Amino acid sequence: MSGCTATIRFTVNGDQHTVHAPPMKRLLDVLREDLHLTGAKEGCGEGECGSCSVRVNGELVNSCLVPVLQAQGATIQTVEGLAVDGRLHPLQQAFLNCGGAQCGICTPGMLMAAAQLLSINAHPTLGQIREGLAGNLCRCTGFTRIFASVMAAAVEGETESAGRATHAR
Amino acid sequence: MRGNAEAHEMIAPGTLPAVLELLAAAPGEWTPIAGGTELMVAHAAGKLGARRLVSLWGIRELRFIDAGADTISIGAAATFRDLRAHTGISSQLPLLAKAASWIGSIANQSRATLGGNLVNGSPAADSSPALLVYDAEVEVVSVRGRRRIPYSEFHTGYKRNAMAADELLFAVHIPLRFARHRQYLRKVGTRRAMAISKVALAATALAENGAIGEVRVAAASLAPFPARLYQTESALLGNAIDALVIDEARKALLAEAQPIDDIRSTAEYRKRVAANLLEEFLIELRREAAQH
Repeated sequence: MSGCTATIRFTVNGDQHTVHAPPMKRLLDVLREDLHLTGAKEGCGEGECGSCSVRVNGELVNSCLVPVLQAQGATIQTVEGLAVDGRLHPLQQAFLNCGGAQCGICTPGMLMAAAQLLSINAHPTLGQIREGLAGNLCRCTGFTRIFASVMAAAVEGETESAGRATHAR
Repeated sequence: MRGNAEAHEMIAPGTLPAVLELLAAAPGEWTPIAGGTELMVAHAAGKLGARRLVSLWGIRELRFIDAGADTISIGAAATFRDLRAHTGISSQLPLLAKAASWIGSIANQSRATLGGNLVNGSPAADSSPALLVYDAEVEVVSVRGRRRIPYSEFHTGYKRNAMAADELLFAVHIPLRFARHRQYLRKVGTRRAMAISKVALAATALAENGAIGEVRVAAASLAPFPARLYQTESALLGNAIDALVIDEARKALLAEAQPIDDIRSTAEYRKRVAANLLEEFLIELRREAAQH
């Protein structure tokens, strides 16, 4: 059956969108091609590498494995939604400070996986960080600095929330 | 070759009765898709044969975990993240909780479902060995009604199962009678996350008065589908755990295992490692029995 499209409504980074797409089109492709949000990358295309990671309804997913029909009504956050009003998210600032990004292809996915981890565990151990990011591969092999970045962001977030209780993420 | 999204039809009826009506009206025509962690991989590679897909994602009747006094029932569309977050499962079904933590990555666990793991029927399925040694039952549903099947009889061949074309996996029921049993599950793969098993072995056993009173052993990747190792169990049942019995059990396992050579490992490696895992479990069991 060709030419069949569905009408999908969802919220991405706080903005409501309506897209017309084949229901089996991958959420990744809809984000990149229809919404021009190119932060999420295609690495393996089979859920192994995590470079397409986004958050859907508060859960981390590989957007390459989500048929867009299953995102109907969803609330989606991509890496473009991390910074607020041009102010970097503490994770992004920590990746900058600690050298957590090298070539940058894995970085959006790493940031989203780390954001997911910190949303449910504000003070992860190194082991928990390694588990939380285990589905995200860095081809530059910069894992040590990536883990250090997440650890630094967790500490930064803690001091920040102590000082600025109303800061919105 | 990359899959073509326009070559597939997909609908989301939104309720269980609507899905069952669809399956009944044209048995075999529609392929259920839940979290998509298997079918979307095939789609990406241009190898998804199913032309018409019916989405189970978001159907509430299928996504639940009910913890009763004697049984924990898990809806087929419960995700592995749901399983990991459930305190009843982590406390009363530790092997299943452990298996859930091994499946893919966090991103996979938030989409992959227990039902999908079983219906996909991979010989290496992560949740299967635990369910087999917990004596789980599966419940399938169609417009004709519901029926239960022992999970040990669910898989009938490589990627084949006991469901009819109009049936859908509804739930998995796990009896809570293994609290006193020694429980074991170990997976051997290339890395801790994301790795598909080379081999995995699970066991539950009771050692009473120095002898094995009840025992279940099951494995992944030793046969065309995850299965109990009945000959191995027979070699153990009623016996005291000594070096001779351990040796007999190893021999029984090596005789009934039917692994293959593939990209992940060799048949010979799988057999030897499975026998070693069995021995590790039996030594744990013997140590525990000696303390009672």
